[in-house]
Formats: sequence, structure tokens, C-alpha cells
Amino acid sequence: MDNKEDLKKVVDQALAEQKVPHVKLKKIGAQKADVDKLTQPSKETRQEYWGKGLTYSAILLIIILVASIIGFIAVHGLATFTQNHVNVWHFLSSTDWDPGEGKNHVGALAMIVTSFAVTLLAAIVATPFAISVALFMTEYSSKKGSRFLQSVIELLVGIPSVVYGFLGLSIIVPFIRSVFGGTGFGILSATLVLFVMVLPTITSLTVDALKAVPNHYRQASAALGATHWQTIYKVVLRVATPRILTAVIFGMARAFGEALAVQMVIGNAVLMPYNLVSPAATLTSQLTSQMGNTVMGTLPNNALWSLALLLLIMALFFNFLVRLIGRKGQK
Amino acid sequence: MNPKTANKVATAGIYALVSIVVIILIGILGNILVSGVPHLSWHFLSSQASSFQAGGGVRDQLFNSVYLLILTMIISIPIALGAAIYLSEYAGDNWFTNLIRTTIEILSSLPSIVVGLFGYLLFVVQFNFGFSILAGALALTFFNLPTLTSNFEQAIDGVSQAQRDAGLALGLSNWKTIRGIVLPAALPGILTGLILSAGRIFGEAAALIYTAGQSGSTIDYANWNPFSPTSFLNVMRPAETLAVHIWKVNTEGIIPDATIVSAATSALLIIVVIVFNFGARALGNHLYRKLTAAKAS
Amino acid sequence: MQDVKDIKPHIVHFAEDEQILSTQDLSVFYGGTTQKLFEASLQFKKKTITALIGGSGSGKSTFLRCLNRMNDKIARIDGQIWYHGLDINAQNINVYELRKNIGMVFQKPNPFPKSIKDNITYALIANGEKDKHKLDQIVEESLRAAALWDEVKDKLNKSALALSGGQQQRLCIARALALKPEVLLLDEPASALDPVSTSKLEDTLKQLRSDYSMIMVTHNMQQASRISDYTAFFHLGHVLEYNTTENIFTNPQGKITEDYIRGSFG
Repeated sequence: MDNKEDLKKVVDQALAEQKVPHVKLKKIGAQKADVDKLTQPSKETRQEYWGKGLTYSAILLIIILVASIIGFIAVHGLATFTQNHVNVWHFLSSTDWDPGEGKNHVGALAMIVTSFAVTLLAAIVATPFAISVALFMTEYSSKKGSRFLQSVIELLVGIPSVVYGFLGLSIIVPFIRSVFGGTGFGILSATLVLFVMVLPTITSLTVDALKAVPNHYRQASAALGATHWQTIYKVVLRVATPRILTAVIFGMARAFGEALAVQMVIGNAVLMPYNLVSPAATLTSQLTSQMGNTVMGTLPNNALWSLALLLLIMALFFNFLVRLIGRKGQK
Repeated sequence: MNPKTANKVATAGIYALVSIVVIILIGILGNILVSGVPHLSWHFLSSQASSFQAGGGVRDQLFNSVYLLILTMIISIPIALGAAIYLSEYAGDNWFTNLIRTTIEILSSLPSIVVGLFGYLLFVVQFNFGFSILAGALALTFFNLPTLTSNFEQAIDGVSQAQRDAGLALGLSNWKTIRGIVLPAALPGILTGLILSAGRIFGEAAALIYTAGQSGSTIDYANWNPFSPTSFLNVMRPAETLAVHIWKVNTEGIIPDATIVSAATSALLIIVVIVFNFGARALGNHLYRKLTAAKAS
Repeated sequence: MQDVKDIKPHIVHFAEDEQILSTQDLSVFYGGTTQKLFEASLQFKKKTITALIGGSGSGKSTFLRCLNRMNDKIARIDGQIWYHGLDINAQNINVYELRKNIGMVFQKPNPFPKSIKDNITYALIANGEKDKHKLDQIVEESLRAAALWDEVKDKLNKSALALSGGQQQRLCIARALALKPEVLLLDEPASALDPVSTSKLEDTLKQLRSDYSMIMVTHNMQQASRISDYTAFFHLGHVLEYNTTENIFTNPQGKITEDYIRGSFG
């Protein structure tokens, strides 16, 4: 378009083309706005109140629910300390667990230690496997292979925990018994069961973490002549570290809170663990096996609620950790 | 070690660990199916559990599991759907939305035994329901809400903004747009999420042992009056599910064939979970295709 | 280089009774601080097609979406938009009624995944129209008005998604027309269409001109000159020029306008 004349020609022609006969519309033609209606509430306004109200109450219900879970368990869990005057420090530091009427022997340390032991051990064993599988799925395998592993992992997540417990009971416990002697119940069996249970959780979250690493990092690293492993180790894993940590914490949270599978293989003896193959008890296993044997409002019962409160606090703590890492990762 | 050797060693290590995982997986699935499926007979599915003899079945447990699943879904779907709609359509970027998300995260991170114990406190003890299907269904609802809500929210978020714009520009209310346009379009995702969480519920036991209870009462399948204590429909009766049954026979049960019963029940659970898993995906894909595909003629 | 803010815009004005919509110092902010539109004051003449032109990010689409409050959720708005003597952003305005009067057609055709007929009747039924006969009539009329009737009259119950892109867009226009709006906002309605569909769509719009007031965002200069009566030129969130289409294209007042128009024709 060099000069104005050409432009004018084009535009004139276009303007000329505008003149088309137009069809008069009968029924639907434009209607002048009803100005009154514009400032009046209508059916839609009411629908909107209704919709907002309904969805809002669903939200409120959830908030009330969570608040009352925390509230109820806190009230019952604190009764040990307020009504039965058990010293909190004693509860956390003593291994003397024999809460009977009148006996304030409510030292939960053995269970706390066992819970942390199985959780940490399971996480330590599972993490290298989980990262390997995740790396295999994102960095090595073909699409087909990774889709296959993906669906296997989803399936593993779906297997009910009692089934894991049953497998532990029928395979792992006898195996440990034959190798180490003793009953076969204990921290080692629980660790192995939890290892299989948290593996899919950690793996699938790690896969997400690795997928979130932008591809240009990999390309840049490869362009510098790094080997595949160097790229993975120095670039991919490093960038994904915060999210992998989150994945591990999620796995630990699952392990810490798992009740039935652990209860089935750990032996349920409230003893300070001195090795990995003797019967022990975790917070969850103790709750599971004893809650039905105590009477509401008595010390033995209150002591169990204190264990439940401890579980709740740990769940909140894991949650907090995840958020903390998330916030740091954003910076 | 030079980089090339390190690369080889690392790769070999990864392959080795992956192989171990795959072997474990195959071992687990194979073990359950091989040891369980041969015992999955019609007799097993259709006869009552025995308390101290061999040869019992899981008829009542199977029914209870299904019944609890249905009740749980009936209670949790509207709440989860409401919450999901609020989060994806109404929630602004403010402290309240943050609070909601935190709350839901907390709920999802609570161990199921804790949720079950809360249900025990509130319904079994406080409201005096006793061990009952209703208490169990409510506990399962609490356990299920976070997953279901986030599944639903994802499905709803997946509907293109253009569809919402279309509805709003026609002067429809937000609510009408959501109900009439967004939700139908999100249906495949909603159903997939629903079925996946159904699998989780079906296998859950920890939340149930102190709510629905660990033993069943005698049930009469011919009694259709839900208020009669022996009716199979009665929601106030205690009920043991398949998952609880496995736990029970292995920890406190005295039946001689506990291993066989557990293996068969485990196989049954796994099969149901697999069916749910694949069913969810197949149904989701099918509906998705149906909704988006242009009908040729 | 002169700062855009300092350029004195050339803007036409209309007598009050000729206006259908007008804006006064309309500014739009995204995310609290990012300003996308700077004090736009434009008056739109009844029963004409006004084209809004300008490069990407010039604020023309943002401006258009304000006119029936489609930006409510995502943007903060300063200034006024007048419609029948009412400020449409006022607290007491019923936004749903407003949108029924000021319809909108979007860049990408967005028919509902329903039948062709249901696409048109959906909002009508939601408004309480139950008379089947009347609904059928409206379906036919609005499809005729959108020049789609002859192509779809035999498959009204088939999915709207089976239509071609151009047909879908005309269906969206029909859907908007069925509500008898006074104003029709069009956000680059032809940008996703092939030339043949575009030309059909333009014919449709030209036919509608004597009944509706239309405001259309377009990237396509030829299109603006082919169908619009007035044209407003947006640049970096400012309206630099607003005049009859003929004047804008043949005798632009500002250097930026002229450069843009010359660069875009071609």
C-alpha cells in the first residue's frame, strides 16, 4: 500500500459492497430494552442466591466438620492431662504404658518411637525405589512403558490396606520368622509392608515433580556435553528436589497414619523396640487393637484418645511441612 | 569414576531397582489372585460367614460393602459437588478460599483411623447410633470428601471457559450456567472421579471398625422394611464389610480356614478395585467421545 | 517518539438521542495493578456497525467485554458505561437482564454440546418461555436472521458440534438474536473462520445492521471497511481515533493510526 489513492480505492470498493438489500425481521427483531427490568432483581438473581447458598453451605459443612474433628479429638485427648492429671512430659517421655484405673502409667514413648521408626525406615527404603521408577518413567522409558507402569502404580494405590496387611501376615512375617527367628512380628515386617504401601504414593508424586522440570534444562545440559546421568543428577533432580521432598513427606504421612496393615504385622506389644524383629506397637496399632477394650471416660480410654490426638497433631505437622517446602520452592 | 562409567552404573542401578519393583508388583498381584481366585466360588459369595468353622462365605460382607458404598456416595456426592462448584466457580482469590483449601488438605491428610474414631465419638457414642451402617457411611463420607471434591473440581475446571462465557452472555445466571452447561460437560470427569473414589471406599477398613462395627447381625434379605432390625436395608444395624472381615479373621478370628477366607476375600476386593479402575477410565473415555464427537448423520 | 498518553485523540460525538451505549473515562485493571485500558470515552450510534480495530494488546477486546460486564470476575473497572441513562456497573443493575439486552458473540464459536435447536431455545426456556409453537418460530426466525436456516432446517435436532466452524458461529449469532437484544457485541467473530464462511458471516451482519446496534472487534482491516459504519482505533489501551469508517481509512488524523492502517491493509 504505497499511497493514499490506492488505499482510497480499496476502501471505496469495500464501502460500495456494503450496500446489500436487507431482510426485515418480523418476530425477533431487536427489542428496545425494558429499562425497568434492568434495575429489578429477576429469576436469575434468585437462582444466583440459591446456587451460592447451596455451594456455600457445602463448604461450611466441610469447615465445621474439620473443626469438630480437631475439637472433639483434642477435648478427649487432653482429658488424660486435665482430668486424670497425667503429666504431659511423662506421656511423651516415659515408656511405662499400663493405663489402668488409678494407675497413671501412660508413657507413650515406646509407641511414638516405633511409629517414627517404621515411618522413617519405610520412607528410607521406598524413596530410592520410587525415584528410580519415576526417573525410569520420565527419563528412560518409552511412552508405552511409562503408561504401563503408571497404571500399575494406580492399581497399587488402589489395593486396600487390609490386603497389604494380610499379605504381610502371610508372606513377610513367616519369612522374617524363618530368617531371624522369633515371632516374625515387629518393626521390620511393618517397614516392609509400609514400604510397598508408600511406594506408589511417593512414585506418582515424584513423577509429577520430574514432569514439571522444563525440557529446556535437559536440552541445555545435554548441549553442554553432559551424560544422561549427569543431566539427571545435576539438573533434573536438583530442580525437582523440593517437590520430591514433598512426595516423600506425603509418603511418610501415609505410613505414619496407616493403622490396620501395621497392626496386623507388628505384634502389638507396647515395648520400647530394642531390635527390628521383636513385637512392638505403633500409635495406630495400639488405637486399633485397644479402643474396643476400654470404657469411655476412663483413664485407659482417655489415654488412647491422647494417642489419637498425637496422630492428629502429626498429620497437621506433615501438612505444615508440605506447605513450608511449597512456599520455599516458590521463592 | 569418569562420567561415562557413572552414567552406565546409574542407568544399571535404576533398571535394577525398577525391575525389583516390577517383580514385587507382579508378586503381590499374582499371589493374591493365585491364592484367592480358586476359592472364589458361588458358595463363597452366597453363604454366610462362619464364626468358628471352616467353609464360611462372605455374602453379608459383600452386601454390606456395596450398601455402605452406595450410602456413602449418596451422602458425599452432593456435598463434594457443592464444594467443588464453589471452589471452581465462586471462590475468589482471598483468605477465605485459602482457608477452605487448607481445611480440605487437612481433612485429606488425616489418617483414616482418626476419621473413624471421630465418627465413633460423634455418632456411635454421642448420638447413640451404636455401631451402625449409618455411622459407617458418615465416617466414610468424611474420609471420601477431600478426594471426591478435588476430583470433581478438576473435572469442572476442565470445561472450557468459552462454554461458561456462552451461557453468561445469554443472560443466564452463573448457577444456571453451571448446572445446565458446565456440569453436563464435566460429566465424564465427574464419573471417573466418582468411580475411582468408590474403589478406595470399597477397600477402606480402618474408618469402619469403630463405626459400622466388626460384626454383623443376622440379616433377612426378604425383609424390605428398612425400619425392621433384621432387614438388610436397615441402616442402624451393625455391619462388617469385606475389608473389615479380612482384618477381623486375621487378628481376632478363630476360624481354621482364615487364610483361605482372607485370600479369597482379598482377591475379590482386588478384582473389584481393578474393575473400578478400568471401568472408570473406559466410561470416562466413552462419555467424553460421545459428548464431543460430532454425530455424522 | 511521542508518548501515547500525550496524543490528543480524534473522537466523534453523537447527540444523546442517537446514542445506544456510551462510555466515559473507562479504565480497566487486571490483577489490581496492570492497566489494560486508559480512560476510554466513546459513544456508539444506534443501528450502526462500529468496528474496534487495533493491534493485539490494544485493549479493544477488553473494552468490548466491559460493555456487557463479561469482565466482572477478572478485572476492576473505573469510569462509567451508560445505557438508557443507567450506569451498567451500578450496584442495582441486574446484570442478567443487561446481558439479555446486550448480546455477545465470541472469537471462537462456542455452541453448547446440544442440538442446534436446543442451542437456541436453551436460554429462552430458562427465561420461562414454554410455548412450543412460539419456540419453534423463534428458532426459525433467528436461524433465518443469521442466514443459517436453509443449511440446517432439516437437522435441527442434530448436534451443533457437527456443524462447520462458520455455521457454528452463525448459530451463535442466532442464539444471541433469539433473545431479542438491542445491542450485539462481536469479538473477532470471523477470526477462526475460512474466507467463504467469513464472507457469509459478513453478509449476515450487514443484513442485521438496520435492526441492531453492533459493536465488533476485528483484526481484519478489510473486514472493518467492508461492513462497519464507524471505526475506533485502539493503541496500547488508548483510543486514538474514532470516526466514520471512511474517514478513518482514507483520512486518518494521527500518524499511528495511519501507520497501522497502511501496515494492515496489504
